[in-house]
Amino acid sequence: MNKTIKVDYLARVEGEGSLQVKVKDGELKDVKLKIFEPPRFFEAFLRGRDFREAPDITARICGICPIAYQLGASQAMENICKVKVTGPLRDLRRLIYCGEWIESHVLHIYMLHAPDFLGYQDAIQVAKDHPDIVTRALRMKKIGNEIMRVLGGREIHPINLKVGGFYKVPPKRDLRALVDDLKWGLDAALETVKFVAGLPMPVFEQDYEFVALRHLDEYAIIEGQLVSNKGIDTPISGYDRHLVEEHVAHSTALHTRVVGRGSCMVGPLARYSLNFDKLSPLAREAANKAGLAPVCRNPFQSIIVRAVETVHAFDEALRIIENYQMPDKPSVDVHPQAGTGYGCTEAPRGICYHRYTIDDKGTILDAKIVSPTAVNQKTIESDLRNFIPPNLDLPDDKLQWQCEQAIRNYDPCISCSTHFLKLRVERE
Amino acid sequence: MFYGKHPLTFIAVGNRFRHDDGVGWEIVRRLQSKRIPNAEIIEASGEGAALMEFLNGRQYVFIFDAVCSGARTGTIFRFEAHSQSLPSKFFNYSTHAFSVAEAIEMARAMNLLPEYLMVYGIEGKNFEAGAGLSQEVEQAVEKIVSKVLVELKVIGV
Repeated sequence: MNKTIKVDYLARVEGEGSLQVKVKDGELKDVKLKIFEPPRFFEAFLRGRDFREAPDITARICGICPIAYQLGASQAMENICKVKVTGPLRDLRRLIYCGEWIESHVLHIYMLHAPDFLGYQDAIQVAKDHPDIVTRALRMKKIGNEIMRVLGGREIHPINLKVGGFYKVPPKRDLRALVDDLKWGLDAALETVKFVAGLPMPVFEQDYEFVALRHLDEYAIIEGQLVSNKGIDTPISGYDRHLVEEHVAHSTALHTRVVGRGSCMVGPLARYSLNFDKLSPLAREAANKAGLAPVCRNPFQSIIVRAVETVHAFDEALRIIENYQMPDKPSVDVHPQAGTGYGCTEAPRGICYHRYTIDDKGTILDAKIVSPTAVNQKTIESDLRNFIPPNLDLPDDKLQWQCEQAIRNYDPCISCSTHFLKLRVERE
Repeated sequence: MFYGKHPLTFIAVGNRFRHDDGVGWEIVRRLQSKRIPNAEIIEASGEGAALMEFLNGRQYVFIFDAVCSGARTGTIFRFEAHSQSLPSKFFNYSTHAFSVAEAIEMARAMNLLPEYLMVYGIEGKNFEAGAGLSQEVEQAVEKIVSKVLVELKVIGV
């Protein structure tokens, strides 16, 4: 049996990539996740810019997870300038990040991934048969957008975040106005966990090296120690000692490798499996009821883990608003000094790493940014390599469908991984 | 951006700081200067979920957006979206899979479309950062404004 499965243009993923699978004499010969978007050279054009510009420039890497870039860049600069953002300002950062998780996770669960499990071509077909589900999704996503708007000034590429904090902070009443919607959203998120837990789930477990941030006091979102289940345990400044990037011929995005080992996985499954004990009690309970163990190695179940994290994000947003006291100043003063600094947060798709070097006037001399999809590329390919052989007897269309579904497990953001976001698609 | 309970809504999609992508905004600005009574103006990024929200519960809606289909610059596309599906290759805001065309089709699937929804697409060529429209796009703007004014008379709004 010889066959080649080619998906020239992957749908329901962000950015432009393709998949090529080659089978010869009944054996899998080659799997390539090709990323053909041209790189955008963000790191290069950051050089020479003022350190305060980095959050707004890097936010443009992605329209779905701008906060990951704004915060990572801000933290790295604060790290260089020996400034710590604490108290309510830190809480507000966590809150706006909850907004980003909610929008991104809900979009992926309902609009991009659920159609795979339900056997629909896309979410529009789902909406025809199950308008109630889609109505719920849109309202949930809108609440995430609303958090972004209230704190960030607008939903996409917020304009209110800066090195040291915010340009303006909201009074308590502006946040309290979100509470009713957030309470509804929390219930809807719990319903979402039940819904996705009932979807037919392929059986497929892998021995991943999970890499995520871990924080002693909270489910790590905006900061933490870099850890893995196979031995990494380092402050974020040690990132480059453990994870390296390398070119591969078939991808314009660099592949990440763990030094001395191989591929690793970042994102919801990694966060959940390394930090289950830090989830809110409600999120833990939802996971238990959905039948998820505290460590989850089936990437198809990432849709359930995303739903559990959505519960956590709503729960956490409510907790932050409940305890919020408006700070006297919207930001901490930051004065440039020469040095190298590091920032890393948990973007919806996994850790997003930043490293910058600036001079004593605050001019950026060097920048390195690693997106979660770039880190996951190797793992996506290895999943496919292991998933395809036992399923080779499936008809081609079914096998292709399941391969695409396996790629979407990672909610890949190809534009981020090459730092390229094509704003318009040209006619074929 | 402002909201109200008006029967007529003009939605400009796009980014007015990216040259031809701002064509929708320019059309709406000129329509606004005609002082059409009871018209509501919305500037939208093109993010699908927000657009669905704007469509919901409205009666007469006009959407104006730049397109990049390969046609001659300044070409005007007109879709009676209340009765015909939109080709998804037009109106792509990003590759995040949920943009103008998807939002309209999803609203159709959920019976949330306004009773009258006209979508105008204008072929652009320059989507770089910066203000100002290409000459051919500029010419299309006036044509569309005149067309819309006639249309409003025909539908009696």
